[in-house]
Amino acid sequence: MNTKSLYQEVILDHNRNPRNYGSLDNANCSAEGHNPLCGDHLNIKLNLSRGYINDIAFQGESCAICKASASMMTANVKGKTQADAETLIQEFRDMTIGKLEPNGNHHLGHLTVFFGVRNLPTRVKCAILPWHTLHAALNSVATISTEAEDDPMHVSIGNA
Amino acid sequence: MKLVEPSLKSLSTSMFNVEHIRADFPILKLKIDGKPLAYLDNAASSQMPQPVIDRMVRYQTTQHANINRAVHYLSETATLEYEKSRHKLKRFINANEDREVIFTSGTTDAINLVAHGYGRKFIGSGDEIILTTLEHHSNIVPWQMLAEENGAKICVVPIDDTGELLIDEYKQLFNKRTKFVGVTHVSNALGTINPIKQMIEFAHARDVPVLVDGAQAAPHMKIDVQDLDCDFYTFSGHKLCGPTGIGILYGKAALLERMQPFKGGGDMIASVTFEKTTYNTIPHKFEAGTPPIAAAIGFGAAVDYLSAVNMSTIATYEHDLITYATEQIRRIPGIRIIGAAAEKVAVLSFSVDRIHPHDIGTLLNQEGIAVRTGHHCAQPVMRHFKVPATTRASFAFYNSMIEVDALISGIQKIQKIFL
Repeated sequence: MNTKSLYQEVILDHNRNPRNYGSLDNANCSAEGHNPLCGDHLNIKLNLSRGYINDIAFQGESCAICKASASMMTANVKGKTQADAETLIQEFRDMTIGKLEPNGNHHLGHLTVFFGVRNLPTRVKCAILPWHTLHAALNSVATISTEAEDDPMHVSIGNA
Repeated sequence: MKLVEPSLKSLSTSMFNVEHIRADFPILKLKIDGKPLAYLDNAASSQMPQPVIDRMVRYQTTQHANINRAVHYLSETATLEYEKSRHKLKRFINANEDREVIFTSGTTDAINLVAHGYGRKFIGSGDEIILTTLEHHSNIVPWQMLAEENGAKICVVPIDDTGELLIDEYKQLFNKRTKFVGVTHVSNALGTINPIKQMIEFAHARDVPVLVDGAQAAPHMKIDVQDLDCDFYTFSGHKLCGPTGIGILYGKAALLERMQPFKGGGDMIASVTFEKTTYNTIPHKFEAGTPPIAAAIGFGAAVDYLSAVNMSTIATYEHDLITYATEQIRRIPGIRIIGAAAEKVAVLSFSVDRIHPHDIGTLLNQEGIAVRTGHHCAQPVMRHFKVPATTRASFAFYNSMIEVDALISGIQKIQKIFL
């Protein structure tokens, strides 16, 4: 295990200067995500119209892995269709739990910097929380948790 | 059969020699990612010295059978060793009698036993249970479950910003409906040592019994239940250099006798017919089913080991450790120590500006340093200090000043990464 590869400059940079951080006035979808184990929480708001994510923002308190993941996620899905976002959500989750290899066929691009988190089982949920929350927002689920029946490790994201 | 003795080398000098102690703990020789392990998560679980490991192996290889059953040699030996272990625990806490020591699966189990066995019988609707903000969830939830079931009310003693209980507020919580007090001896999240003797005295003056959660105290100081005059005292083996799955509940015999059993099954009965079951005497009334015999015997070996090292020596050395660690960490800019009680054990809970505890935990692990990050199963404490989580370094008598230095330089290294 090498955790150095996880705390790469790009992750540290997104943690220091998170993109799309804040609230969104014209939001029409939102969701709250919690990780009760560490107290992390974030709120995702987005403007979805005619199947496109026109704008997205997040706010919350979390570790560097979670915040950088949220920052890079918002930068990636902004302007994309809901269907493309759902594909990324699935691929990101598969990568962090070891079901998808970074050199395989996928759409993750720079998001593969989170590849190393699969070696840190206790931190996988930190990386996934924003994606799980985005999925909830896109599917009109108000709040999600990383634990119990909402646990993204045990529930297929497609059914959230 | 020879009793377990701590290795002589750890006792060869009257001065405490941490290197000699460390030699007794095989796991401390581990390297993590090539770095020497600095195990600073002792409040979660401690490590086991070789004599305890050996004792459990000896039991399992030469003495094991079910207890309280058959007339054959092994069953008699196992029963004898199990009861010897109870006697060692009795001595360790200076209980009056062996039968006041009940083996449980741990502290959580023991508190559930009291909430059920005492609470469901003697605490009713509208009655009040006093707990404190410093409690571990295991001394909150069993009482909440009871309260939900029977309409009892939970009253909470607040803390100040150093992490000490507000004793005046504690006293004001008492009224004629107060039926029980549950208090932790030492806070697992902050290390605060509570003035339990004074609290017990106050409660007893109002005929209110007191349960003390000693999970975080028993590993660090001499416990004398008769001197404390507590009604119940509980702690776990695995935080005390023993195995997991075992703990004790001490209870005053008169109280234990009046309580109803917690779990039904074998061993806890005197006679069973389908019309009526009569229960066994204490402690057996509370020990249904086959207990973890090897763990109980290992627990006995662990308290032998600690007693030979000497609990006062341990307390003195650990005080030096926490004093040094606190001085060193205070020099780092951007550190906030959470919990600064005048009396505390060797627990250092802290936060670092702009860096989440989870990141600190992961990056310290990279340096071979094991700390706990999170809410430490004490969310009311976290809420008081308005932090979602902290990083907690918790020390044992086998930790060295060198490990404190490793922690300090590890934190400084992380601060540089996050600059």
